[in-house]
Amino acid sequence: MNALARLASLALPFVLGACSGAREEGVTLRFWAIGREAEVVPALLADFEHLHPGVHVEVQALPLTAAHEKLLTAFAGDALPDLGQLGNTWLPELATLGALEPLQARVDASPAIDADDYFQGIWDTNAMDGRLYGVPWYIDTRLLFYRTDLLAAAGFDAPARDWAGWSRQLAAVKQHAKPGDYAILLPLNEFELLVNLGVQQADPLLRDDASRGNFESAGFRRAFAYYVDMYRNGWAPPMSDTQISNVWDEFANGFYAFYVTGPWNIGEFKRRLPASMQGKWMTAPLPGPDGPGAAIGGGSSLVMFRASRHKDEVWQLIEFLSRPEQQQRLHALCGDLPPRRSAWQGSALAGEAYATAFRDQLERVVAAPKVPEWERIAQEIRYAAERTVRGGQSIDASLAELDARVDAILAKRRWMLGRRKTAP
Amino acid sequence: MNERRAAWLFTLPALVVIGLFFFVPVLAAFVLSLTDFDLYALADLGNLRFVGLGNYIDVLRAPLFWKSLGNTLYFVGVGVPLSIAASLGAALLLDSRLARWKGVFRTALFAPVVTTVVAVAVIWRYLLHTRYGLINYLLAKAGIAPIDWLGDPHWSMPAIILFAVWKNFGYNMVILLAALQAVPAELREAARIDGANALQQFRHVTLPLLRPALLLVAIITVAGYFQLFAEPYVMTRGDPLQSTVSVLYYMYEEGFEWWSLGRATAIAFLLFALILVVTRVLVRIGKRGGYA
Repeated sequence: MNALARLASLALPFVLGACSGAREEGVTLRFWAIGREAEVVPALLADFEHLHPGVHVEVQALPLTAAHEKLLTAFAGDALPDLGQLGNTWLPELATLGALEPLQARVDASPAIDADDYFQGIWDTNAMDGRLYGVPWYIDTRLLFYRTDLLAAAGFDAPARDWAGWSRQLAAVKQHAKPGDYAILLPLNEFELLVNLGVQQADPLLRDDASRGNFESAGFRRAFAYYVDMYRNGWAPPMSDTQISNVWDEFANGFYAFYVTGPWNIGEFKRRLPASMQGKWMTAPLPGPDGPGAAIGGGSSLVMFRASRHKDEVWQLIEFLSRPEQQQRLHALCGDLPPRRSAWQGSALAGEAYATAFRDQLERVVAAPKVPEWERIAQEIRYAAERTVRGGQSIDASLAELDARVDAILAKRRWMLGRRKTAP
Repeated sequence: MNERRAAWLFTLPALVVIGLFFFVPVLAAFVLSLTDFDLYALADLGNLRFVGLGNYIDVLRAPLFWKSLGNTLYFVGVGVPLSIAASLGAALLLDSRLARWKGVFRTALFAPVVTTVVAVAVIWRYLLHTRYGLINYLLAKAGIAPIDWLGDPHWSMPAIILFAVWKNFGYNMVILLAALQAVPAELREAARIDGANALQQFRHVTLPLLRPALLLVAIITVAGYFQLFAEPYVMTRGDPLQSTVSVLYYMYEEGFEWWSLGRATAIAFLLFALILVVTRVLVRIGKRGGYA
């Protein structure tokens, strides 16, 4: 055993040397990126490596569907990289685990990153208990994509800005639609619009220090009823998105006139809708109870993992990728929207008509509840809507069950909060 | 050195390996199932609580557990007989003296077993596509309206069963084929001389001799089908309306999506107990017939 270990320790430097022979002095940063960003980010990194000789960045691509598991198992196995791209909803989990390096001190000292230049809601998403754990990389939010011609046929020349007006438009579009067609597509296996309607209310989604569900509050009840009415009135088909073979084709066919989705679909709509349909669609901010409303800010942040041994170099890379011109390049490569106001000025984005509504709504984005259990709670919210729409459960019963289920999910959190309070 | 000690000595290496890599982890998992190990405990072991049988009680009270159990029983109840029937049918055809190109057919029918689930799932998703799929195209030729195989909660499980049976029947077919080839030709000949027709020969000669092999195949298939996971994972992700969530898929979600490892291990033990009971019953039935 001992001899074997000695043999291994002798052989190891040769093996490692063989891999990194050309970069004896250099530092290699391991960067985990997800999905589409992982494909395009190497194009930006060439410039970074040119500016910082001796720093080499190794990008590893994680598929979106497996990224979450991979991050948690890597934490458990002590195998996290130096830095990573992290979806906003995963940040609270990894921060709770203690896997992330707090960044406030570095931001304060940095000339390149100015917190006030970022949309406030998305910056806030990265702070937990007063500590900053990530720097926003790109941002998204969901809003209306709609058919201008179908809306005009129903007698409206502009999309609604508040709930009452939106209801009137949906009813009119449905009335003018062919039999079997609808006014809006709201897949029953998505929770995003319902949650957005919820955060437009004064009542928070979770109460008591985010340790209990607050879904029977007057505010969420109003949002839930408004949402469910879209199905009950026959404006939205009670379908999951797996039942829609191709959302772009169906949009072009007039199966629905409104679709709630995110910025990645600007490019898809341009590419996939037939030529005859171009010029007949537009984007608009999400209507709120009175006037344009708030919405959850999504997207990804750049985070530094606490176990990294090259924190200064990692920070250099985060600063580099946060530069307005690099964010503009990222937008050009894959359509991601920049989280900095200055990156929007003077770029291709400023002249992009479809992006105007996003720019407008980004000033109103808010953070999703910052608890590690949030994704599970969001799933429960969609099950509650499905129970009412597909299962015929009453709104009151559905929301009571939702609160009960969410309280059960948060039981451990309550226990921990209680323990923290009693501890000195 | 007496014989007993020698026997122990010879089995010791195997016992050590089994103990180290099977019994110790199972024991550790059982202890885990008595705690509320979750994300918070992963961050700091001080957040771990001993909850006794709390996880088991919680799971048994969760509607999704019962739903997933119902889905799994549906899959086993329909899938296992169908799979064994398909295997037996294919084996009989291959064993027939009239069959030609036996090697080619044997390979072709066994091929799905050795292909990866993920790759064939892509092809099956195309076959099952509501509008553009081959299966609905053929149904339309027969005058049947298109079926939303993977989107309609009533059809999603039949689609998964179809896929799983196609994927797995080749394995049992090979076992049954070997057993068929061991049936002495004289017995069938004697039956024929006594005036038995083909069906009678099969029922009274072939089938009784196949019994041990069929029992083995049944036990392996039941145990395997109870552990349904990969098919819904790659085809539907448990949708629509959670109609393809199996017990194992439920465990996976609890454990690796929500990281409630305590509860996930409790589900694993419940599934283990269930499979144990069902296979014991099968063995009992087999023994009553005088075999196994």
